[in-house]
Amino acid sequence: MSNYTNSPCAACKFLRRKCTSDCVFAPYFPPEEPTKFANVHRIFGASNVSKILQEVAPHQREDAVNSLAYEAEARLKDPVYGCVGAISVLQRQVLRLQRELEETNADLMRYASCLGGETTSAYGGRRG
Amino acid sequence: MASSSTNSPCAACKFLRRKCQPECVFAPYFPPDQPQKFANVHKVFGASNVTKLLNELHPSQREDAVNSLAYEADMRLRDPVYGCVGVISLLQHQLRQLQIDLSCAKSELSKYQSLGILAATHQSLGINLLAGAADGTATAAVRDHYHHHQFFPREQMFGGLDVPAGNNYDGGILAIGQITQFQQPRAAAGEDGRRTVDPS
Repeated sequence: MSNYTNSPCAACKFLRRKCTSDCVFAPYFPPEEPTKFANVHRIFGASNVSKILQEVAPHQREDAVNSLAYEAEARLKDPVYGCVGAISVLQRQVLRLQRELEETNADLMRYASCLGGETTSAYGGRRG
Repeated sequence: MASSSTNSPCAACKFLRRKCQPECVFAPYFPPDQPQKFANVHKVFGASNVTKLLNELHPSQREDAVNSLAYEADMRLRDPVYGCVGVISLLQHQLRQLQIDLSCAKSELSKYQSLGILAATHQSLGINLLAGAADGTATAAVRDHYHHHQFFPREQMFGGLDVPAGNNYDGGILAIGQITQFQQPRAAAGEDGRRTVDPS
């Protein structure tokens, strides 16, 4: 008789249920990472996570779980904004750099105009 | 005689098919004219989890919390694999590219600025240092540089991601930015997303 002593996955440990061989959580919530499932369960709920996993292709499930785990952790750290706070910060940084790049390019164009003498349509025609 | 209580139930209570009480925790944030907002949040987070989250917050913070949850839910429904983590990954990628572009542009600019100072110095001495550049070679180089390092067009970006203060959520247009045209390349969201995205 084979020694069937596989440890239940973190999800089944948390949910205190038998971890069957076809457990949808087992591949993505190993027993040595209990916090990962605890966080995801707290924010999304086991049932919702299960539905999301079943809606995505098997090869995408690991990425889906990891992104859910990231969002859950971000929400626990910042209950008001979660990871949307990070998006807002990044967006402001991008806009700031865009403005700076526009200004620098404008300066470059001015120098180009000076060096080209009468050339005033250096940036016309050729696009992208 | 009791006053006529004909207030429409909030979107949450309508969805859950229950009586909307005066103290309903959802009512201030899920008006009946925005049914999709609660439907999305319910699908991704569940009503019970949202209730717990809201109850843990000060009332002044709850509107922002609901709007950010609505945004996350909407993103997750649009992209079940990455949700708004894909957005973060793409923004990080754009930021890196902009930093590279800006560094190159500034480097070019410093060269021209040096050349300009040198030319001004020589001009005052009656020496035309820029005769060689008059054929447009330098102009073409700068033009090519400009087009190569063009920043991302605004259409591909979020517009204003500040969490809105008002209840202006529209199921068709996200209150937090407009990302209906948003594309999330797997390479950026997968490889880089897992390495660079850090909730801390």
